[in-house]
Amino acid sequence: MKLKTRKLSILALFSAVAIVFSYIEAILPPIWSAVPGIKVGLANIVTITLLYKFSFKEATAVAFIRIISIAFLFGNMMTLMYSIAGFVLSVIIMVILKRTGLFSTIGVSIAGGVFHNLGQIIVAMIVLQTKEIGYYMIVLAVTGAIAGILIGIAGNLMLKHSNKLSI
Amino acid sequence: MLKSNKIKKVRNDIILVAIILSLSLIGFLIFKLTMKDGNHISVSINGKEKYSYSLSDSIETDIITGENGENTNTLVIKDCKAYIKSATCPDKICVGHRPISKDGETIVCLPHKIVISVTEEK
Repeated sequence: MKLKTRKLSILALFSAVAIVFSYIEAILPPIWSAVPGIKVGLANIVTITLLYKFSFKEATAVAFIRIISIAFLFGNMMTLMYSIAGFVLSVIIMVILKRTGLFSTIGVSIAGGVFHNLGQIIVAMIVLQTKEIGYYMIVLAVTGAIAGILIGIAGNLMLKHSNKLSI
Repeated sequence: MLKSNKIKKVRNDIILVAIILSLSLIGFLIFKLTMKDGNHISVSINGKEKYSYSLSDSIETDIITGENGENTNTLVIKDCKAYIKSATCPDKICVGHRPISKDGETIVCLPHKIVISVTEEK
């Protein structure tokens, strides 16, 4: 019982952190306006941390709380669809790569970043019925990988320090 | 044992990044090499082609969208290049996009669901 409450509090704490990360990113100006969709994906720090600390179940639950809260607070149905597609694809690839045990946290996070962008591009292609948008993936693969490296490093730090605090 | 495992993982990470980078490079090269000058501008709203212009024209026109016609994107075609001069969308990504002229190039306005693409027509 005590353990359950503890875990619940930790997950609630991480949900709050994830929502704040998403909010901070939403109010920042776009990094490069020529190609929409380039961002660091700060909230992925939480996903990566939970993936390693607990399992994919906890990471997914917290991510959905974050995605739905952010969509209700600042977005609409469209942004909700983009977020869900990006998250689902990225979490699937991250779980698979983590299971293989061949990659470090950073490698897992890089694949997550790239697949997140892939998911969003696929939704954009379906919504706008235009396959030309696929060209954006060339740029978004590279930026997703860079974002993945940064998030992987941050996730490692988060894991290290949260262990120190015994959360 | 633990240390060699760590080095192996870092090596795998680097291989992963190399694969991603080379795939994008290949995609970029294919994109660049197959790119030809287009001669037509097609404007799609909500996935359906609505307007069509010749790239050799010199025009400035408002693309009106939204349920009550509240959204405006001003499309300019000049010197065989097309760009969005101004827009009422919140992000203004379409306005910041560089002018397009090559076959297959697009300007997308996600909030207004507009795709402006260069096509090649005989």
